[in-house]
Amino acid sequence: MPVEVHVPPLLQKVTNGVKTLRASGSTVNQVLSDLNRQFPGFTSEISDDSGQLHRFVNLYVNDEDVRFLQRMETPVKDGDVVSILPAMAGG
Amino acid sequence: MPRPGLYGSIVEAIGHTPLVELKSFSPRPDVHIFAKLEGHNPTGSVKDRIARSMIEAAEAAGELKPGMTILEPTSGNTGIALAMIGQVKGYPVRVVIPENVTEERTRLLQIFGAEMVYSPPDKGTNGSIAVAREMAAADPACYMPYQYANEANPRAHYESTAPEILDALPEVDVFVAGLGTGGTLMGTGRRLREHNPSVKIVAAEPYQGELVAGLRSLDDGFVPPVLNVEELDGKIMVTVEDSFTATQELARREGIFAGVSCGAVLHAAKRYGRRMERGNIVILLADGGWKYLSSELWTRGYEPSAEKKFWW
Repeated sequence: MPVEVHVPPLLQKVTNGVKTLRASGSTVNQVLSDLNRQFPGFTSEISDDSGQLHRFVNLYVNDEDVRFLQRMETPVKDGDVVSILPAMAGG
Repeated sequence: MPRPGLYGSIVEAIGHTPLVELKSFSPRPDVHIFAKLEGHNPTGSVKDRIARSMIEAAEAAGELKPGMTILEPTSGNTGIALAMIGQVKGYPVRVVIPENVTEERTRLLQIFGAEMVYSPPDKGTNGSIAVAREMAAADPACYMPYQYANEANPRAHYESTAPEILDALPEVDVFVAGLGTGGTLMGTGRRLREHNPSVKIVAAEPYQGELVAGLRSLDDGFVPPVLNVEELDGKIMVTVEDSFTATQELARREGIFAGVSCGAVLHAAKRYGRRMERGNIVILLADGGWKYLSSELWTRGYEPSAEKKFWW
């Protein structure tokens, strides 16, 4: 099922400059695998050495951080929006 | 005993902010939203609390002595609060801020005599942190409170913000605040959780996608040491447009003139509140609207150019 994926500038080097992508899958994990097929090297850009999501990366489904949903197994459905952003500070 | 309402200096007048119900935003009859109005602090933001706490802790530990300069990376509010207290206590203050903060922030920093060093606009506060750390390492006459890793930051909220909330409203089911350093969420959250172990602590996070186009590598990412993400129950990202809309609604429906991050917090609270049957949500509105007047957000509303300014 197609979902929309928003990628930050720092990932656009692997997506050939494209900011908004389409990908399919029924979980976040499957969506990322699909993106990695479309853009080889995509998942390694946002993973640490052990293959886990890098701690400086935040992944959201419809604006909610997946760490508080079902992490990489968070379900997605047609029309959902997945956003990837680097961790930022304020203050 | 000093008389209630009488303070020996403006620094002692920090805190004691009102908690106000936002009746028009109640998502259903048994769900109530209450706002802690931190814009009522002396410099107009919640950061007065942590600035006082960090400076007094450093003085007590002998890390900050007369003649030293306070140096801090900040997107504005913490710098303004440090600068104000620096004036009262006699410390020069130097702040490192992103070049694209609103003009009001730089004006306020000037009013309180702070020296400003600008960091690259496209790296956000992460860029300011990198610059300030280099400067501090090179200058032993500087004391850097470093709000991102200073335990006196969450402690200020544990010792003042949360007790004030509980004094006014003993039943808190959900607490929502903006995520900047994590200090407000951690410190307030810990105290509220001691009082009610089932309280939910929810972070509202700004969407900074366009703003931080200069972040080229994950190595530029940053998770403040003060923040333990495991202590949160939810984290909701809010766009600049939704933040603006809710900030306008606060003024028009409740007469509350608050900053842009406050709109984000309200937006996240409304979203979280839709899942609740009953209960009290306390939201912390970190600052007043004064520093954002030049944005024209109350008159013109959201425009795409707002994505290039630093609101948080």
